[in-house]
Amino acid sequence: MTAGNRTLWLLIPAVLLIGVCFLYPVSWLLQRSVSEPVWGLQNYITIFSKSIYLGVLWNTIAIAGATTILCALIGFPVAYSMVHARPWIRKLLIFVVLIPFWTSILVRSFAWLVILQRGGIINDILVGIGMIAEPLDIVYNRFGVLLGMVQVLLPFMVFPLYSVMARIDGSFFRAATNLGATPIRAFFRVYLPLCLPGLGTGAMLVFIIALGYFITPALLGGRGDTMIAQLIFERIDEFGDWPLASALAIVLLIGTGLLFAIIKGVSKLRRGRI
Amino acid sequence: MFYSAKFWGGLRGIINVMLVVYMLAPLVIIFVISFSSALYLTFPPPGLSLQWYEKMFSNPTWTRTLVTSLKIMVPAAIAATVLGTAAALALSRMESKWALAVRAVLMAPLVVPVIITAAAIFGVFRIWGLYGSLWGLILAHVILTLPYVLSTVSANLAVFDKRLEDAAANCGAPPWIAFRRVTLPLISPSVMSGMLFAMVISFDELVVSLFLSTPRVRPVTVQMWSNIKGDTDPTIAAIATVLFLFSLLALLADGIARRRSGREPGL
Repeated sequence: MTAGNRTLWLLIPAVLLIGVCFLYPVSWLLQRSVSEPVWGLQNYITIFSKSIYLGVLWNTIAIAGATTILCALIGFPVAYSMVHARPWIRKLLIFVVLIPFWTSILVRSFAWLVILQRGGIINDILVGIGMIAEPLDIVYNRFGVLLGMVQVLLPFMVFPLYSVMARIDGSFFRAATNLGATPIRAFFRVYLPLCLPGLGTGAMLVFIIALGYFITPALLGGRGDTMIAQLIFERIDEFGDWPLASALAIVLLIGTGLLFAIIKGVSKLRRGRI
Repeated sequence: MFYSAKFWGGLRGIINVMLVVYMLAPLVIIFVISFSSALYLTFPPPGLSLQWYEKMFSNPTWTRTLVTSLKIMVPAAIAATVLGTAAALALSRMESKWALAVRAVLMAPLVVPVIITAAAIFGVFRIWGLYGSLWGLILAHVILTLPYVLSTVSANLAVFDKRLEDAAANCGAPPWIAFRRVTLPLISPSVMSGMLFAMVISFDELVVSLFLSTPRVRPVTVQMWSNIKGDTDPTIAAIATVLFLFSLLALLADGIARRRSGREPGL
Protein backbone atom coordinates (compact mmCIF):
# COMPACT_ATOMS: atom_id res chain seq x y z
CA MET A 1 0.00 0.00 0.00
CA THR A 2 1.45 3.36 -0.96
CA ALA A 3 1.45 6.43 1.25
CA GLY A 4 -1.17 8.01 -0.99
CA ASN A 5 -3.68 5.24 -0.40
CA ARG A 6 -3.18 5.27 3.33
CA THR A 7 -4.30 8.87 3.66
CA LEU A 8 -7.02 8.73 1.02
CA TRP A 9 -9.80 8.41 3.61
CA LEU A 10 -8.99 11.94 4.78
CA LEU A 11 -10.67 13.19 1.62
CA ILE A 12 -13.98 11.50 2.30
CA PRO A 13 -15.63 14.07 4.61
CA ALA A 14 -14.83 17.05 2.39
CA VAL A 15 -15.83 15.31 -0.83
CA LEU A 16 -19.03 14.00 0.73
CA LEU A 17 -19.97 17.46 2.00
CA ILE A 18 -19.28 19.25 -1.27
CA GLY A 19 -21.02 16.49 -3.20
CA VAL A 20 -24.20 16.45 -1.14
CA CYS A 21 -24.49 20.11 -0.22
CA PHE A 22 -23.04 21.77 -3.31
CA LEU A 23 -22.86 19.61 -6.44
CA TYR A 24 -26.26 18.04 -5.86
CA PRO A 25 -28.00 21.40 -5.25
CA VAL A 26 -26.45 22.90 -8.39
CA SER A 27 -27.57 19.94 -10.48
CA TRP A 28 -31.02 20.23 -8.89
CA LEU A 29 -31.07 23.83 -10.12
CA LEU A 30 -30.10 22.71 -13.61
CA GLN A 31 -32.88 20.14 -13.59
CA ARG A 32 -35.51 22.64 -12.49
CA SER A 33 -34.49 25.01 -15.27
CA VAL A 34 -35.35 22.47 -17.98
CA SER A 35 -38.18 20.51 -16.36
CA GLU A 36 -40.72 23.18 -15.46
CA PRO A 37 -43.45 23.92 -16.36
CA VAL A 38 -42.80 21.12 -18.88
CA TRP A 39 -39.55 19.50 -20.07
CA GLY A 40 -37.79 21.68 -22.58
CA LEU A 41 -35.79 24.83 -23.06
CA GLN A 42 -38.74 27.23 -22.71
CA ASN A 43 -37.17 29.10 -19.77
CA TYR A 44 -34.00 29.74 -21.72
CA ILE A 45 -36.01 30.88 -24.72
CA THR A 46 -37.88 33.32 -22.48
CA ILE A 47 -34.61 34.76 -21.19
CA PHE A 48 -33.16 35.27 -24.64
CA SER A 49 -36.32 36.64 -26.23
CA LYS A 50 -37.91 39.00 -23.71
CA SER A 51 -36.48 42.50 -23.68
CA ILE A 52 -36.50 42.79 -19.85
CA TYR A 53 -34.19 39.79 -19.50
CA LEU A 54 -32.05 40.74 -22.45
CA GLY A 55 -31.70 44.19 -20.91
CA VAL A 56 -30.44 42.69 -17.66
CA LEU A 57 -28.00 40.42 -19.52
CA TRP A 58 -26.71 43.44 -21.41
CA ASN A 59 -26.40 45.46 -18.17
CA THR A 60 -24.42 42.63 -16.62
CA ILE A 61 -21.95 42.50 -19.49
CA ALA A 62 -21.72 46.29 -19.78
CA ILE A 63 -21.11 46.83 -16.04
CA ALA A 64 -18.60 43.97 -15.83
CA GLY A 65 -16.86 45.29 -18.97
CA ALA A 66 -16.68 48.87 -17.72
CA THR A 67 -15.42 47.66 -14.33
CA THR A 68 -12.70 45.65 -16.07
CA ILE A 69 -11.55 48.60 -18.18
CA LEU A 70 -11.50 50.97 -15.20
CA CYS A 71 -9.64 48.41 -13.09
CA ALA A 72 -7.04 48.08 -15.85
CA LEU A 73 -6.65 51.87 -16.20
CA ILE A 74 -6.27 52.33 -12.44
CA GLY A 75 -4.49 49.06 -11.72
CA PHE A 76 -1.72 49.61 -14.26
CA PRO A 77 -0.20 52.76 -12.73
CA VAL A 78 -0.84 51.40 -9.23
CA ALA A 79 1.03 48.15 -9.95
CA TYR A 80 3.84 50.10 -11.61
CA SER A 81 4.10 52.42 -8.65
CA MET A 82 4.16 49.43 -6.29
CA VAL A 83 7.00 47.76 -8.16
CA HIS A 84 9.11 50.91 -8.07
CA ALA A 85 8.30 52.07 -4.54
CA ARG A 86 10.58 51.88 -1.56
CA PRO A 87 10.06 48.65 0.43
CA TRP A 88 8.05 50.17 3.28
CA ILE A 89 5.80 52.07 0.89
CA ARG A 90 5.31 48.90 -1.13
CA LYS A 91 4.27 47.04 2.02
CA LEU A 92 1.80 49.78 2.84
CA LEU A 93 0.34 49.77 -0.68
CA ILE A 94 -0.03 45.99 -0.64
CA PHE A 95 -1.85 46.22 2.67
CA VAL A 96 -4.14 48.96 1.34
CA VAL A 97 -5.00 47.04 -1.83
CA LEU A 98 -5.59 43.87 0.19
CA ILE A 99 -8.11 45.53 2.48
CA PRO A 100 -11.08 44.68 0.21
CA PHE A 101 -10.18 40.99 0.58
CA TRP A 102 -10.70 41.31 4.28
CA THR A 103 -13.62 43.69 4.72
CA SER A 104 -17.22 42.91 4.06
CA ILE A 105 -18.64 44.15 0.79
CA LEU A 106 -21.66 45.24 2.74
CA VAL A 107 -19.59 47.54 4.94
CA ARG A 108 -17.85 49.11 1.97
CA SER A 109 -21.03 49.60 -0.04
CA PHE A 110 -22.65 51.22 2.98
CA ALA A 111 -19.65 53.52 3.33
CA TRP A 112 -20.03 54.66 -0.26
CA LEU A 113 -23.72 55.35 0.35
CA VAL A 114 -22.87 57.59 3.31
CA ILE A 115 -20.38 59.49 1.17
CA LEU A 116 -22.31 59.78 -2.06
CA GLN A 117 -26.03 60.09 -1.34
CA ARG A 118 -27.92 63.37 -1.72
CA GLY A 119 -27.51 64.23 1.94
CA GLY A 120 -24.08 62.62 1.95
CA ILE A 121 -20.65 63.97 2.66
CA ILE A 122 -19.62 64.99 -0.86
CA ASN A 123 -22.86 66.83 -1.54
CA ASP A 124 -22.77 68.48 1.90
CA ILE A 125 -19.30 69.80 1.23
CA LEU A 126 -19.98 70.93 -2.34
CA VAL A 127 -23.18 72.72 -1.36
CA GLY A 128 -21.51 74.10 1.77
CA ILE A 129 -18.70 75.80 -0.15
CA GLY A 130 -21.20 77.03 -2.71
CA MET A 131 -19.82 75.12 -5.69
CA ILE A 132 -23.25 73.70 -6.51
CA ALA A 133 -26.75 74.87 -5.56
CA GLU A 134 -28.51 71.50 -5.75
CA PRO A 135 -27.10 68.19 -4.48
CA LEU A 136 -25.73 66.02 -7.28
CA ASP A 137 -27.06 62.54 -8.03
CA ILE A 138 -23.86 60.55 -7.75
CA VAL A 139 -25.26 57.33 -6.35
CA TYR A 140 -28.13 54.97 -7.24
CA ASN A 141 -26.82 55.10 -10.80
CA ARG A 142 -24.11 53.57 -12.97
CA PHE A 143 -21.42 55.86 -11.56
CA GLY A 144 -22.07 54.65 -8.02
CA VAL A 145 -22.03 51.00 -9.09
CA LEU A 146 -18.72 51.36 -10.92
CA LEU A 147 -17.08 53.34 -8.13
CA GLY A 148 -17.99 50.60 -5.66
CA MET A 149 -17.16 47.65 -7.89
CA VAL A 150 -13.77 48.95 -9.04
CA GLN A 151 -12.74 49.42 -5.42
CA VAL A 152 -13.66 45.85 -4.56
CA LEU A 153 -12.16 44.22 -7.66
CA LEU A 154 -8.97 46.27 -7.99
CA PRO A 155 -6.78 43.70 -6.16
CA PHE A 156 -7.62 41.05 -8.76
CA MET A 157 -6.10 43.34 -11.39
CA VAL A 158 -3.21 44.75 -9.37
CA PHE A 159 -1.64 41.52 -8.13
CA PRO A 160 -1.32 39.68 -11.48
CA LEU A 161 0.07 42.90 -13.00
CA TYR A 162 2.43 43.40 -10.09
CA SER A 163 3.88 39.91 -10.36
CA VAL A 164 4.51 40.38 -14.08
CA MET A 165 5.96 43.89 -13.81
CA ALA A 166 8.29 42.92 -10.96
CA ARG A 167 10.00 40.49 -13.33
CA ILE A 168 10.39 42.88 -16.29
CA ASP A 169 13.98 43.87 -16.90
CA GLY A 170 14.20 47.67 -16.93
CA SER A 171 17.07 47.58 -19.41
CA PHE A 172 14.66 46.59 -22.23
CA PHE A 173 12.93 49.93 -21.97
CA ARG A 174 16.21 51.84 -21.75
CA ALA A 175 17.56 49.94 -24.73
CA ALA A 176 14.54 50.95 -26.79
CA THR A 177 14.88 54.62 -25.86
CA ASN A 178 18.67 54.56 -26.41
CA LEU A 179 18.02 53.17 -29.87
CA GLY A 180 15.91 56.23 -30.58
CA ALA A 181 12.36 55.28 -29.66
CA THR A 182 10.36 58.01 -27.95
CA PRO A 183 9.33 57.05 -24.42
CA ILE A 184 5.71 56.72 -25.56
CA ARG A 185 6.67 54.45 -28.43
CA ALA A 186 8.97 52.42 -26.20
CA PHE A 187 6.14 52.05 -23.72
CA PHE A 188 3.66 50.74 -26.28
CA ARG A 189 6.11 48.60 -28.24
CA VAL A 190 8.25 47.22 -25.40
CA TYR A 191 6.85 47.67 -21.90
CA LEU A 192 3.12 47.11 -22.51
CA PRO A 193 3.53 43.87 -24.50
CA LEU A 194 5.65 42.49 -21.66
CA CYS A 195 2.83 43.30 -19.23
CA LEU A 196 0.10 41.71 -21.34
CA PRO A 197 0.03 38.30 -19.59
CA GLY A 198 -0.65 39.95 -16.24
CA LEU A 199 -3.10 42.39 -17.76
CA GLY A 200 -4.96 39.55 -19.47
CA THR A 201 -5.20 37.40 -16.35
CA GLY A 202 -6.29 40.36 -14.25
CA ALA A 203 -8.90 41.47 -16.77
CA MET A 204 -10.39 38.00 -17.04
CA LEU A 205 -10.53 37.59 -13.26
CA VAL A 206 -12.17 40.98 -12.75
CA PHE A 207 -14.67 40.41 -15.54
CA ILE A 208 -15.68 36.93 -14.36
CA ILE A 209 -16.08 37.95 -10.74
CA ALA A 210 -17.96 41.11 -11.72
CA LEU A 211 -20.48 39.11 -13.77
CA GLY A 212 -21.87 37.48 -10.63
CA TYR A 213 -21.92 40.58 -8.44
CA PHE A 214 -24.97 41.22 -6.35
CA ILE A 215 -24.58 43.37 -3.25
CA THR A 216 -22.73 46.37 -4.70
CA PRO A 217 -25.07 46.97 -7.66
CA ALA A 218 -28.10 46.30 -5.47
CA LEU A 219 -27.07 48.95 -2.95
CA LEU A 220 -25.37 51.55 -5.14
CA GLY A 221 -27.26 51.11 -8.40
CA GLY A 222 -30.53 52.48 -9.71
CA ARG A 223 -33.38 50.76 -11.51
CA GLY A 224 -31.45 50.65 -14.76
CA ASP A 225 -28.43 48.92 -13.21
CA THR A 226 -29.98 45.56 -12.36
CA MET A 227 -27.49 42.75 -12.95
CA ILE A 228 -28.22 39.07 -13.46
CA ALA A 229 -27.52 38.09 -9.83
CA GLN A 230 -30.07 40.60 -8.56
CA LEU A 231 -32.62 39.30 -11.02
CA ILE A 232 -32.07 35.73 -9.79
CA PHE A 233 -32.54 36.88 -6.20
CA GLU A 234 -35.70 38.86 -7.00
CA ARG A 235 -37.24 36.05 -9.05
CA ILE A 236 -36.84 33.64 -6.12
CA ASP A 237 -37.40 35.98 -3.20
CA GLU A 238 -40.39 37.91 -4.51
CA PHE A 239 -42.02 35.62 -7.04
CA GLY A 240 -40.86 32.11 -6.16
CA ASP A 241 -40.24 31.75 -9.89
CA TRP A 242 -37.79 28.84 -9.64
CA PRO A 243 -37.80 27.72 -13.29
CA LEU A 244 -36.79 31.11 -14.61
CA ALA A 245 -34.38 31.87 -11.76
CA SER A 246 -32.73 28.48 -12.27
CA ALA A 247 -32.34 29.10 -15.98
CA LEU A 248 -30.77 32.50 -15.27
CA ALA A 249 -28.38 30.90 -12.79
CA ILE A 250 -27.39 28.26 -15.33
CA VAL A 251 -26.81 30.94 -17.98
CA LEU A 252 -24.47 32.72 -15.54
CA LEU A 253 -22.77 29.45 -14.63
CA ILE A 254 -22.14 28.52 -18.26
CA GLY A 255 -20.88 32.01 -19.11
CA THR A 256 -18.48 31.95 -16.16
CA GLY A 257 -17.35 28.41 -16.96
CA LEU A 258 -16.64 29.25 -20.61
CA LEU A 259 -14.53 32.25 -19.64
CA PHE A 260 -12.55 30.16 -17.15
CA ALA A 261 -11.96 27.55 -19.84
CA ILE A 262 -10.62 30.31 -22.11
CA ILE A 263 -8.17 31.47 -19.41
CA LYS A 264 -6.96 27.91 -18.90
CA GLY A 265 -6.58 27.40 -22.63
CA VAL A 266 -4.68 30.62 -23.16
CA SER A 267 -2.28 30.00 -20.28
CA LYS A 268 -1.63 26.47 -21.55
CA LEU A 269 -0.89 27.81 -25.05
CA ARG A 270 1.48 30.36 -23.61
CA ARG A 271 3.34 27.77 -21.56
CA GLY A 272 3.52 25.55 -24.61
CA ARG A 273 5.22 28.28 -26.60
CA ILE A 274 7.89 28.96 -23.98
CA MET B 1 10.20 67.51 -17.91
CA PHE B 2 9.07 64.22 -19.36
CA TYR B 3 12.44 62.66 -18.61
CA SER B 4 13.08 64.09 -15.18
CA ALA B 5 13.13 61.63 -12.30
CA LYS B 6 11.44 64.23 -10.12
CA PHE B 7 8.39 64.37 -12.39
CA TRP B 8 7.94 60.59 -12.38
CA GLY B 9 8.63 60.34 -8.67
CA GLY B 10 6.02 63.01 -8.01
CA LEU B 11 3.51 61.31 -10.27
CA ARG B 12 4.01 58.01 -8.46
CA GLY B 13 3.54 59.77 -5.14
CA ILE B 14 0.25 61.24 -6.33
CA ILE B 15 -0.91 57.84 -7.55
CA ASN B 16 -0.04 56.26 -4.20
CA VAL B 17 -1.90 58.90 -2.23
CA MET B 18 -4.96 58.67 -4.47
CA LEU B 19 -4.99 54.90 -4.10
CA VAL B 20 -4.81 55.08 -0.31
CA VAL B 21 -7.64 57.65 -0.25
CA TYR B 22 -9.84 55.60 -2.60
CA MET B 23 -9.36 52.36 -0.71
CA LEU B 24 -9.35 53.67 2.86
CA ALA B 25 -11.40 56.88 2.99
CA PRO B 26 -14.81 55.17 3.06
CA LEU B 27 -13.76 52.95 5.95
CA VAL B 28 -12.18 55.80 7.87
CA ILE B 29 -15.31 57.91 7.47
CA ILE B 30 -17.53 55.07 8.73
CA PHE B 31 -15.18 54.63 11.67
CA VAL B 32 -15.36 58.33 12.59
CA ILE B 33 -19.14 58.59 12.12
CA SER B 34 -19.67 55.65 14.45
CA PHE B 35 -18.37 57.87 17.29
CA SER B 36 -20.56 60.81 16.25
CA SER B 37 -22.62 62.80 18.73
CA ALA B 38 -25.09 63.87 16.02
CA LEU B 39 -28.39 62.04 15.60
CA TYR B 40 -27.95 61.51 11.89
CA LEU B 41 -25.19 60.57 9.46
CA THR B 42 -23.10 63.69 9.11
CA PHE B 43 -19.42 64.31 8.55
CA PRO B 44 -17.37 65.64 10.17
CA PRO B 45 -19.33 64.91 13.33
CA PRO B 46 -20.02 67.90 15.60
CA GLY B 47 -18.72 65.98 18.62
CA LEU B 48 -17.72 62.56 19.83
CA SER B 49 -19.74 60.07 21.83
CA LEU B 50 -20.19 56.36 22.33
CA GLN B 51 -23.98 56.56 22.06
CA TRP B 52 -24.22 54.38 18.96
CA TYR B 53 -22.18 51.59 20.49
CA GLU B 54 -24.35 51.85 23.58
CA LYS B 55 -27.42 51.70 21.37
CA MET B 56 -26.06 48.75 19.48
CA PHE B 57 -25.29 46.70 22.58
CA SER B 58 -28.57 47.59 24.29
CA ASN B 59 -30.70 46.81 21.26
CA PRO B 60 -31.68 43.12 21.32
CA THR B 61 -31.96 43.03 17.52
CA TRP B 62 -28.27 43.78 17.11
CA THR B 63 -27.00 41.67 20.01
CA ARG B 64 -29.13 38.70 18.97
CA THR B 65 -27.98 38.85 15.34
CA LEU B 66 -24.34 39.32 16.38
CA VAL B 67 -24.59 36.23 18.58
CA THR B 68 -26.20 34.31 15.73
CA SER B 69 -23.30 35.26 13.47
CA LEU B 70 -20.83 33.94 16.05
CA LYS B 71 -22.85 30.75 16.51
CA ILE B 72 -22.54 30.15 12.77
CA MET B 73 -18.94 31.31 12.42
CA VAL B 74 -17.25 29.27 15.15
CA PRO B 75 -18.50 25.77 14.21
CA ALA B 76 -18.33 26.54 10.46
CA ALA B 77 -14.72 27.77 10.65
CA ILE B 78 -13.62 24.83 12.80
CA ALA B 79 -15.31 22.29 10.52
CA ALA B 80 -13.93 23.93 7.38
CA THR B 81 -10.43 23.95 8.89
CA VAL B 82 -10.53 20.27 9.89
CA LEU B 83 -12.08 19.07 6.61
CA GLY B 84 -9.98 21.39 4.46
CA THR B 85 -6.69 20.47 6.15
CA ALA B 86 -7.50 16.75 5.95
CA ALA B 87 -8.34 17.06 2.27
CA ALA B 88 -5.17 19.08 1.59
CA LEU B 89 -3.05 16.38 3.27
CA ALA B 90 -4.69 13.56 1.31
CA LEU B 91 -4.39 15.48 -1.98
CA SER B 92 -0.72 16.27 -1.38
CA ARG B 93 0.01 12.54 -1.09
CA MET B 94 -2.09 11.47 -4.06
CA GLU B 95 -0.16 10.91 -7.23
CA SER B 96 -2.89 9.93 -9.66
CA LYS B 97 -4.45 12.36 -12.09
CA TRP B 98 -7.61 12.12 -10.01
CA ALA B 99 -6.02 14.47 -7.49
CA LEU B 100 -6.44 17.38 -9.89
CA ALA B 101 -10.09 16.60 -10.56
CA VAL B 102 -10.91 16.17 -6.86
CA ARG B 103 -9.15 19.44 -6.05
CA ALA B 104 -11.13 21.22 -8.75
CA VAL B 105 -14.40 19.89 -7.31
CA LEU B 106 -13.48 20.98 -3.78
CA MET B 107 -12.46 24.44 -5.01
CA ALA B 108 -15.66 24.86 -7.04
CA PRO B 109 -17.62 26.82 -4.39
CA LEU B 110 -14.97 29.54 -4.67
CA VAL B 111 -15.20 29.73 -8.46
CA VAL B 112 -18.94 29.42 -8.97
CA PRO B 113 -20.66 32.80 -8.48
CA VAL B 114 -22.02 32.85 -4.94
CA ILE B 115 -25.54 33.77 -6.08
CA ILE B 116 -25.75 30.37 -7.82
CA THR B 117 -24.52 28.52 -4.75
CA ALA B 118 -26.99 30.48 -2.64
CA ALA B 119 -30.00 29.77 -4.85
CA ALA B 120 -29.10 26.08 -5.24
CA ILE B 121 -28.50 25.49 -1.53
CA PHE B 122 -31.65 27.39 -0.62
CA GLY B 123 -33.77 25.32 -2.99
CA VAL B 124 -32.50 21.99 -1.69
CA PHE B 125 -32.26 22.93 1.99
CA ARG B 126 -35.89 24.03 1.93
CA ILE B 127 -36.87 20.54 0.84
CA TRP B 128 -34.62 18.98 3.49
CA GLY B 129 -36.04 21.20 6.24
CA LEU B 130 -32.73 23.02 6.80
CA TYR B 131 -34.09 26.41 5.74
CA GLY B 132 -34.16 28.88 8.61
CA SER B 133 -32.12 26.64 10.89
CA LEU B 134 -28.71 27.30 12.36
CA TRP B 135 -27.52 23.95 10.99
CA GLY B 136 -28.37 24.93 7.44
CA LEU B 137 -26.41 28.17 7.73
CA ILE B 138 -23.43 26.40 9.33
CA LEU B 139 -23.35 23.76 6.57
CA ALA B 140 -23.56 26.41 3.86
CA HIS B 141 -20.74 28.41 5.45
CA VAL B 142 -18.52 25.32 5.69
CA ILE B 143 -18.96 24.84 1.94
CA LEU B 144 -18.12 28.48 1.19
CA THR B 145 -15.04 28.59 3.43
CA LEU B 146 -13.54 25.15 2.83
CA PRO B 147 -11.81 26.17 -0.44
CA TYR B 148 -9.92 28.96 1.37
CA VAL B 149 -8.52 26.53 3.94
CA LEU B 150 -7.75 23.95 1.27
CA SER B 151 -5.80 26.38 -0.90
CA THR B 152 -3.88 27.99 1.98
CA VAL B 153 -2.83 24.67 3.51
CA SER B 154 -2.08 23.15 0.08
CA ALA B 155 0.24 26.03 -0.75
CA ASN B 156 2.15 25.30 2.45
CA LEU B 157 2.24 21.55 1.87
CA ALA B 158 3.67 22.11 -1.59
CA VAL B 159 6.88 23.45 0.00
CA PHE B 160 6.78 21.07 2.98
CA ASP B 161 9.63 18.57 3.05
CA LYS B 162 7.89 15.22 3.21
CA ARG B 163 11.16 13.51 4.20
CA LEU B 164 10.74 14.98 7.69
CA GLU B 165 7.59 12.92 8.20
CA ASP B 166 9.22 9.88 6.62
CA ALA B 167 12.13 10.29 9.02
CA ALA B 168 9.71 10.28 11.96
CA ALA B 169 8.03 7.16 10.58
CA ASN B 170 11.40 5.44 10.10
CA CYS B 171 12.26 6.19 13.71
CA GLY B 172 9.17 4.24 14.67
CA ALA B 173 6.51 6.91 15.06
CA PRO B 174 3.03 5.68 14.15
CA PRO B 175 1.40 7.81 11.39
CA TRP B 176 -0.80 9.77 13.78
CA ILE B 177 2.12 10.64 16.06
CA ALA B 178 4.32 11.58 13.10
CA PHE B 179 1.57 13.89 11.89
CA ARG B 180 0.84 15.32 15.33
CA ARG B 181 4.49 15.92 16.31
CA VAL B 182 6.15 16.72 12.98
CA THR B 183 3.79 17.68 10.16
CA LEU B 184 1.17 19.64 12.07
CA PRO B 185 3.59 21.97 13.89
CA LEU B 186 5.26 22.74 10.55
CA ILE B 187 2.05 23.51 8.67
CA SER B 188 0.22 25.09 11.61
CA PRO B 189 0.77 28.70 10.45
CA SER B 190 -1.11 27.99 7.23
CA VAL B 191 -3.83 26.06 9.06
CA MET B 192 -4.19 29.04 11.39
CA SER B 193 -4.25 31.36 8.40
CA GLY B 194 -6.92 29.27 6.68
CA MET B 195 -9.07 29.26 9.79
CA LEU B 196 -8.83 33.04 10.17
CA PHE B 197 -9.80 33.38 6.52
CA ALA B 198 -12.76 31.07 7.10
CA MET B 199 -13.85 33.08 10.14
CA VAL B 200 -13.75 36.38 8.29
CA ILE B 201 -15.57 35.01 5.23
CA SER B 202 -18.26 33.47 7.41
CA PHE B 203 -18.72 36.55 9.61
CA ASP B 204 -19.00 38.86 6.58
CA GLU B 205 -21.09 36.52 4.42
CA LEU B 206 -24.35 38.00 3.18
CA VAL B 207 -25.66 36.40 -0.02
CA VAL B 208 -26.16 32.80 1.12
CA SER B 209 -27.34 33.98 4.54
CA LEU B 210 -29.90 36.23 2.86
CA PHE B 211 -31.51 33.16 1.29
CA LEU B 212 -31.22 30.78 4.24
CA SER B 213 -32.10 33.02 7.19
CA THR B 214 -35.48 33.80 8.68
CA PRO B 215 -36.34 36.59 11.15
CA ARG B 216 -35.82 34.05 13.95
CA VAL B 217 -32.37 32.89 12.82
CA ARG B 218 -30.68 35.90 11.30
CA PRO B 219 -26.96 36.79 11.17
CA VAL B 220 -25.92 40.39 11.67
CA THR B 221 -25.10 41.03 8.01
CA VAL B 222 -28.66 40.20 6.95
CA GLN B 223 -29.99 42.56 9.62
CA MET B 224 -27.64 45.26 8.34
CA TRP B 225 -28.78 44.67 4.80
CA SER B 226 -32.44 45.19 5.67
CA ASN B 227 -31.62 48.30 7.73
CA ILE B 228 -29.50 49.90 5.03
CA LYS B 229 -32.39 49.57 2.62
CA GLY B 230 -34.66 51.35 5.11
CA ASP B 231 -33.68 54.42 7.10
CA THR B 232 -30.16 54.50 8.42
CA ASP B 233 -28.74 56.04 11.56
CA PRO B 234 -25.17 55.92 12.89
CA THR B 235 -25.88 52.61 14.68
CA ILE B 236 -25.18 50.94 11.36
CA ALA B 237 -21.84 52.74 11.22
CA ALA B 238 -21.08 51.27 14.65
CA ILE B 239 -22.00 47.77 13.44
CA ALA B 240 -19.96 48.27 10.28
CA THR B 241 -17.00 49.36 12.42
CA VAL B 242 -17.33 46.23 14.55
CA LEU B 243 -17.31 44.07 11.41
CA PHE B 244 -14.37 45.99 10.00
CA LEU B 245 -12.33 45.80 13.21
CA PHE B 246 -13.00 42.06 13.37
CA SER B 247 -11.51 41.65 9.88
CA LEU B 248 -8.59 43.90 10.72
CA LEU B 249 -7.81 41.89 13.86
CA ALA B 250 -7.87 38.69 11.82
CA LEU B 251 -5.55 40.26 9.25
CA LEU B 252 -3.12 41.31 12.00
CA ALA B 253 -3.29 37.89 13.66
CA ASP B 254 -2.51 36.34 10.31
CA GLY B 255 0.45 38.67 9.83
CA ILE B 256 1.80 37.77 13.27
CA ALA B 257 1.36 34.04 12.64
CA ARG B 258 3.26 34.35 9.36
CA ARG B 259 6.04 36.43 10.88
CA ARG B 260 6.49 33.90 13.69
CA SER B 261 6.89 31.13 11.17
CA GLY B 262 9.52 33.22 9.42
CA ARG B 263 7.65 33.46 6.14
CA GLU B 264 7.23 36.71 4.29
CA PRO B 265 3.66 37.94 4.16
CA GLY B 266 2.47 36.51 0.87
CA LEU B 267 0.72 38.40 -1.86
